[in-house]
Amino acid sequence: MLAMNFRGPFRVRADRDRPFPEIEHPEDAIVKVIRTCICGSDLHLYHGLVPDTRVGTTFGHEFIGEIVEVGSSVEKVKVGDRVMVPFNIACGKCVFCKQEMYGMCHESNPQSTAAGGIFGYSHTTGGYHGGQAEYVRVPYANVGPTVIPDWMDPDDAVLLTDVVPTGYQAAEMAGIQEGDTVVVFGAGPIGIMAAKCAWLFGAGRVIVIDKLDYRLEFVKDFAQCEVYNFQHLEDPVVFIKKITDSLGADVCIDAVGAEAAGDTMNTMLGRKMLMQGGSTTALHWAINSVKKGGIVSIVGVYGPIDALVPIGNVVNKGITIRAGQCSVKRLLPKMIEHVKNGNISPKDMITHRIPLEEVAEGYNIFSKKLDGCIKTVLIPPSA
Amino acid sequence: MIGDETKPENFRNERGGDHSHIKGWGVDRDPKNDPTYPMKHRTDEEIEGYTWERPEQQPVDIEVLKSVERPNIPAVFGTSVPPSGLSGAIRRLAFKYSESSYGRWLPLVMADRVGEIEGIIEDLKHGHVPNIFAEKGMRSEWKYNRKTFVIKTAVTVAAAVGAYLLLTRNKKD
Repeated sequence: MLAMNFRGPFRVRADRDRPFPEIEHPEDAIVKVIRTCICGSDLHLYHGLVPDTRVGTTFGHEFIGEIVEVGSSVEKVKVGDRVMVPFNIACGKCVFCKQEMYGMCHESNPQSTAAGGIFGYSHTTGGYHGGQAEYVRVPYANVGPTVIPDWMDPDDAVLLTDVVPTGYQAAEMAGIQEGDTVVVFGAGPIGIMAAKCAWLFGAGRVIVIDKLDYRLEFVKDFAQCEVYNFQHLEDPVVFIKKITDSLGADVCIDAVGAEAAGDTMNTMLGRKMLMQGGSTTALHWAINSVKKGGIVSIVGVYGPIDALVPIGNVVNKGITIRAGQCSVKRLLPKMIEHVKNGNISPKDMITHRIPLEEVAEGYNIFSKKLDGCIKTVLIPPSA
Repeated sequence: MIGDETKPENFRNERGGDHSHIKGWGVDRDPKNDPTYPMKHRTDEEIEGYTWERPEQQPVDIEVLKSVERPNIPAVFGTSVPPSGLSGAIRRLAFKYSESSYGRWLPLVMADRVGEIEGIIEDLKHGHVPNIFAEKGMRSEWKYNRKTFVIKTAVTVAAAVGAYLLLTRNKKD
């Protein structure tokens, strides 16, 4: 079958001779992929920043498809169902799943106790092949896969497997109260969605910080928010203090993660030398821009090793930090309702629809931010 | 430390039972003081430890590297790329360290780089010469970022020619 094949940093290709997935567990299903995305966090893999990313892996944790085969214990879905597959691989039985923390399942990742299993996201999250393929193995099919409502556009559905609920959870974790000033660092798809969702919680003001003008223009329109390019600011932290009565924002959201720009030392240590778990510039700004007693919400992805953060300021300012991989299954029913009610229109973020055969071009376009790219969807030939 | 092997019986949490002999135990407990809501719908099942009814175990018929911080291989796991070759040997060494150690993560980064070279060798062994130009998506670079692409290519070619001339001259000298 055709599938993406990682060959090393900045090198991927679509191979036609990849083996078909097989049922390996009674709760497995095989899904024929209809749509799959390149996620911003896939770029961390593509850039070689995530340890234990093995050559030969197929990436892709955002996908929807049709079930073509099920294991003997699968009861909740059947062959022929068109399903959204949350990026978390969750058993539904462990203590963490039972508490609805499906992103932290303890029965899906041998290699790390910190993270649960994720499709196509290195062996640090379980060593599963991902959905940038014609077919993919989906474990725990009684738990994750959710039937796509008849009325839903597949382009909306595929974005409900990660980007929409992750952006929503970023705003949810921020504990936004009516009238709060919310600063979102990062105008990638997650930051765009976090800004949009901040309004659903009653924010009074939403500000997005990034360095790419075309993305800031997009989010300004998509999420009706204020935007600022930090490259035009002498010091983003001082600027945010100035525009918030000198006190700082009520909440700050880090929607950037490991590849933040804006600080030479962090860039060198975190992105070039790989001596820390990514560049923490956005998180640093978030901690220093939030007001005393404020909340910092982190959905940006970082590597597993140590990283520089101003922890003294966290203590002195009494900041509450909330973070986590999104619990997609917990949020899916609410996200479906928001799409149905027109509160969110995810597919408006899609700028590129690319055949799976051209996956290398898709990664390069997204990585280099070429051609006004915001969100890329890959379409398998058999879809 | 190296060799921090763990067995299932090593993982225990003896919480004890009745704490009523501790004066004032629990008098200030406040279930609302829970910053984990709504991300965590607390059931307090954690105090029962690792006692849940586990899903059926996926057959372990490939080599699976397991964190020393857990007692077992989880019920399901990925089978995409088992460890092999020199990169696999480095990974096996890395997995002797815990997740809180640089000894775990830095060797894995090194193994990834070694794996890239092994991947090229594997391609060649199968008669496939990697088209690195295509694998890097350079067609889109030409289409959307032509000026930078041309400058980078020109600088790279000039540097390569310069280095070649320099080395050639040294040999003649």
